[in-house]
Amino acid sequence: MFDLANPKKFMDFSARLMPWLAGLAALTLGTGLYLALFVAPPDYQQGESVRIMYVHVPAATLSMAVYAFMALASALALIMKHPLADMAAKATAPIGAGFTFLALVTGSLWGKPMWGTWWVWDARLTSELVLLFLYLGYMAIWQAVEDPIKAARAAAVVALVGVVNLPVIKFSVDWWNTLHQPASLMRVDGPAIHPSMLWPLLVMFAAYGLFFAAVLIVRMRMEILKRRARSLQLAQARARA
Amino acid sequence: MRGWMGMFLIQLRRDLTLAARLGGGGLLAVAFFVVLVTLVPFGVGAEPALLSKLAIGMIWVGVVLSTLLSLDRLFQADYEDGSLDLIYLSPQPLGLLVLAKCAAYWITTALPLIVVAPLLGVLLNLPAENYGFLVLSLLVGTPALSLVGAVGAALTVGLRRGSLLLSLLVLPLCVPTLIFGAAAAGGHLNNFYLLGAVSLVFLVVSPIASSAALKLNLG
Repeated sequence: MFDLANPKKFMDFSARLMPWLAGLAALTLGTGLYLALFVAPPDYQQGESVRIMYVHVPAATLSMAVYAFMALASALALIMKHPLADMAAKATAPIGAGFTFLALVTGSLWGKPMWGTWWVWDARLTSELVLLFLYLGYMAIWQAVEDPIKAARAAAVVALVGVVNLPVIKFSVDWWNTLHQPASLMRVDGPAIHPSMLWPLLVMFAAYGLFFAAVLIVRMRMEILKRRARSLQLAQARARA
Repeated sequence: MRGWMGMFLIQLRRDLTLAARLGGGGLLAVAFFVVLVTLVPFGVGAEPALLSKLAIGMIWVGVVLSTLLSLDRLFQADYEDGSLDLIYLSPQPLGLLVLAKCAAYWITTALPLIVVAPLLGVLLNLPAENYGFLVLSLLVGTPALSLVGAVGAALTVGLRRGSLLLSLLVLPLCVPTLIFGAAAAGGHLNNFYLLGAVSLVFLVVSPIASSAALKLNLG
């Protein structure tokens, strides 16, 4: 595992892994979408619009999990000062922001037929919106600081402060207003969702996870190549001078 | 060598003296706060019943925004004239300086806002029983705003156009304070505990995060 922390080894390994991972992600996503859109039954209350759930719920769950992953990578980057952890955290943010945005848009599209309005200030939608702001702030600090080493450390501080606050924000927003239905998947007495709907949802979860892994690796490879190009340019400029 | 408490007090007195002699910051925030809240009736209409319903929320939002207003100067002046480097090199932990700065900022910026808040309550037709809760909730909650603001200020010190980035970083983190603060001001007593808890959490997190951020900007 720690061998991979060497950028050269990471590049070799990821080059071999990439086609398989991307293929598996595409396959799972295709299967999941087929199951969700054609095989799964319509809900007896919500009708066909329940199919939004298969896109919405994994996006919402992943948006939080990806933030946790980003914070973990940031903590590793701060503690071990390893550039690959920096790159992982940096590469994660836009994907997480994408999931968050997708969760907000699909939630809004789902809300229109269910609640009769595009947006309600419901607890989960609201904390998802705050999460989007946290992602944007994290991405903005990478943009604002020019020196990549400084930027990495500043961004790591932002991510860690954010992850300490995320539960507080979540709790406070829940406290403030709860209109959303309570969680139906994660319950002590087993999922309250019928297996015919659960399976497509689980496949979609797997698809989102694989998609995240595949895009993350592509973005990390791109970042490594960018830094190599930058250092080559610097070396060239030095040679000329 | 002086103890930590002594250093804290020296730093606090220095910042208060600077604020008193330079003027500006705190009073500007008060003026901004007053103007901001005055704008509300123009936007929503002057019905007394509506205004009294909005009063607490508007005052709390106003306080959050006004606290942010001069936050980008928190470390900036010391960064520019080099005294931040000297403080960094001193044997006392950097977190202590952060706490002293936050305390000074709170005294010069948040305290005047709290003094003005009841007057704005009168303008917005705030119900009589809420004045005590409002002032108390601001006293308990505003330290959290100064502390979380210090993290943003430390991260953006030395950046061009840092103040916009500062608001993007800090405002989402103010959500819990705003929620519990406004609820506490509405007279829901258990929110005072939660508000106090948020302030205490930031009291722990902020010196650590701020000094980490300052170190990377100075190093």
